[in-house]
Amino acid sequence: MSKPLLLRTLAREGHPLARAEAQRATIDHVPGVAAFAERVRSTGHTALRRGVLRVMQINVGKLCNQTCKHCHVDAGPDRREVMTWATMEACLRALDACPTITTLDITGGAPEMNPHFQALVRAARARGKHVIDRCNLTILAAPGYAGLADFFAEQRVEIVASLPSVLADRTDAQRGDGVFEKSIAAMRLLNERGYGRSSGGNPGDLRLNLVYNPTGAFLPGNQASLEADYRRTLRERHAVEFDRLYTITNLPISRFLEYLERSGNLQEYMRQLHAAFNPATLDGLMCRETLSVGWDGRLFDCDFNQMLELAVDGALPRHIDQFVDGAFAEAAIVTGQHCYGCTAGSGSSCGGALL
Amino acid sequence: MSNYYDSSDLAKFREIGKAAPELGRKFFEYYNAVFAEGALSEREKALIALAVAHAVQCPYCIDAYTRASLEKGSNLEQMTEAVHVAAAIKGGAALVHGVQMRTLAEKISM
Repeated sequence: MSKPLLLRTLAREGHPLARAEAQRATIDHVPGVAAFAERVRSTGHTALRRGVLRVMQINVGKLCNQTCKHCHVDAGPDRREVMTWATMEACLRALDACPTITTLDITGGAPEMNPHFQALVRAARARGKHVIDRCNLTILAAPGYAGLADFFAEQRVEIVASLPSVLADRTDAQRGDGVFEKSIAAMRLLNERGYGRSSGGNPGDLRLNLVYNPTGAFLPGNQASLEADYRRTLRERHAVEFDRLYTITNLPISRFLEYLERSGNLQEYMRQLHAAFNPATLDGLMCRETLSVGWDGRLFDCDFNQMLELAVDGALPRHIDQFVDGAFAEAAIVTGQHCYGCTAGSGSSCGGALL
Repeated sequence: MSNYYDSSDLAKFREIGKAAPELGRKFFEYYNAVFAEGALSEREKALIALAVAHAVQCPYCIDAYTRASLEKGSNLEQMTEAVHVAAAIKGGAALVHGVQMRTLAEKISM
């Protein structure tokens, strides 16, 4: 906790863990942690397969205005990988070809920093798709983004925003100095436009959901209990509102992996995930209904696989240009040791706990 | 025994039910019910447990409830204040017995 905030990305520093291959090698052979696929089999479950595609999650780039210590994308201001409009058009063609996909989930980096972000949102909304923006909140106050809150409200975009703690020191320790105060100010902007009001009896459709992820080498607490605590504290101390709180487990990837290794917590954290493995989470895993698209159009089973460069199963289309409706039904899902993160305890997904 | 305390023993806590399964079952059922969200939140209960852990000086409990307090959203400032509550009560408990000391000393002194 006393260590200085990481100001540059692993990629910029030329850190060995900037490479996906090195990350996989680091988590693949932790003593006392069985192979994930073997653990799944040992509980009587078959290997993971997809059901029907419901969600297309697009990572529109690694460019971000923050450099959070736990970022599994290694995003930051120095990254230049952003999705082109041509790739977004391929995503939209895939949406047109696959009517079962009802949600477009946009992530990054700070997705809003992609120059084509608003055009993508408009195009998806014009197709009647539900659009989720995974927002870091501070971007709403960043220079050049003044109209963002109005744009979100106008397009009825669901906001899923990171706020790892209702306490400034914990949030700033993970996300950077001053981030907590800016995040509260951004929530206020969204509240003023009608976001986050469902808990007060107003059933508005402008959803502002928050994400809690642990600010260290430990697992998230109970989602319902944390949500109650967040609601009480944010309302009483800061007069801001939100709809739901999602708890998300940190996966041992990229900068969180680097933190685990540097702080001497890697082995114990992996063992903790392994010990908390809960087969009841397997049926609800997000990879069963999600297609993840990388900034360059490559296809993955989830955003975590994307960062570890674990492409979709060999027989499947590898790029969004090659997308064919039905090709992913019942397809095998590629797993690895990081999957213990989504299957620990009550489970974890981009929509929070699974159980 | 080479050590009186071993951190790996914490994970074996439930084994205490092996020789007396019914008592173990009742204890852990009660234990889980105590720590569930109620009139006090899970976070508040974890902080109380952390303070008591220091008062009874149980290293297993300090390990478990340091993690639990962080998981449930407390920060180091709050956790340190909880430990001070334990310290104040332990210190106060010692000191308030000084009244007994004074009463007796005064009774038997000229």
